[in-house]
Amino acid sequence: MSTVTVEAAQGPALGDDLEAAPPGSFLVTLIIRRYIPEIDDEPRWQDFDVRVLPTDRILDALHKIKWEQDGSLTFRRSCAHGICGSDAMRINGRNRLACKTLIKDLDPSKPIYVEAIKGLPLEKDLVVDMEPFFESYRQIQPFLIASSAPPEGRERIQNAVARERFDDTTKCILCAACTSSCPVFWTDGQYFGPAAIVNAHRFIFDDRDEGSKVRLDILNDKEGVWRCRTTFNCSEACPRGIEVTKAIQEVKQALLTHRS
Amino acid sequence: MSATLDAPRTALRPARKRGVNWEKWGWIYMRVSGVVLVVLIFGHLFMNLIVGDGVSAIDFAFVGGKWADPFWQWWDVVMLWLALIHGGNGMRTLVNDYARGPRIRAALKLSILAAVAILILLGTLVVFTFEPCPVGQPADLLPSFCTA
Repeated sequence: MSTVTVEAAQGPALGDDLEAAPPGSFLVTLIIRRYIPEIDDEPRWQDFDVRVLPTDRILDALHKIKWEQDGSLTFRRSCAHGICGSDAMRINGRNRLACKTLIKDLDPSKPIYVEAIKGLPLEKDLVVDMEPFFESYRQIQPFLIASSAPPEGRERIQNAVARERFDDTTKCILCAACTSSCPVFWTDGQYFGPAAIVNAHRFIFDDRDEGSKVRLDILNDKEGVWRCRTTFNCSEACPRGIEVTKAIQEVKQALLTHRS
Repeated sequence: MSATLDAPRTALRPARKRGVNWEKWGWIYMRVSGVVLVVLIFGHLFMNLIVGDGVSAIDFAFVGGKWADPFWQWWDVVMLWLALIHGGNGMRTLVNDYARGPRIRAALKLSILAAVAILILLGTLVVFTFEPCPVGQPADLLPSFCTA
């Protein structure tokens, strides 16, 4: 305690400066699409100047705004390390996770545009209603369907090759960056969307699972995989690097080869 | 208080009705016709623009000569059908993606269907009934290569 007091007494001004403007920091403008339903009829763009380091993330800049400038700014984030999938947003026109996007990877000399992901009902600022997204996810039955019990006292054994078959699609964190980047999903809310198909793929190609026919039937629907027109927006948007379009094509292929 | 709850994991959307899966076959059609059209269109361009005197050879007589051969009649008719249906289905997709109102959707899709149907009928009729030197017409209306 005493050390802190001494330091604070010695140079409060210098310490404040360093905290306010650390070496290498600069001002960047964030233009954020705000929408507060109690106040706004329509979303509006609002700009904020934030002092950041090049290695800061967009999430850090949003935190600075919320904590130091405007506490009403609303966004979701949980783990802040790219694994919970809470903070997918549209940054400079591309869907990304705010916690995985560094300022230096954008062009900090120009304003950075931040808005909520598209295609899902906007609730407030950067927060959307994720329910339609999760509804599609639930419909493909994202759990192991097996008629037999696992061997007594053991797990279901799977060899490395069989596990590798669906490895890519196990990486999904359900952030909705892919689904909300899909132009078909924007206009047709009935379309299952890339994320649901990715998670169906994860079980369809799992050799321990017996429900692939059920899932393929669901995805053979009018609003299923056939509405995908391979624009690759989803593959580009995925923060986990999943080859989403490839997974969708593999489901189409399975539909064509496994059954009529 | 007589609300009924669905059994757990009951699918919210009803299972697909039996019958032809048009979205699937539409998708397959686009793939297959696309591959065939690449051959047909580049074959057509090669024959018309490069072989022999090239583009300068194209005139009424050139077209008349080609359509005297059943091979080229069928080539062109297959190209016409595949391309128009391929394009029409693509336009239908665009309407599905961008037109929101149900009425404007229906109107646009109907116009696409009408345009495709009329062009296919007209084109097929012309290719198979084309007669460069119709009998009994005044000689000054006929092309020069028609011997009366």
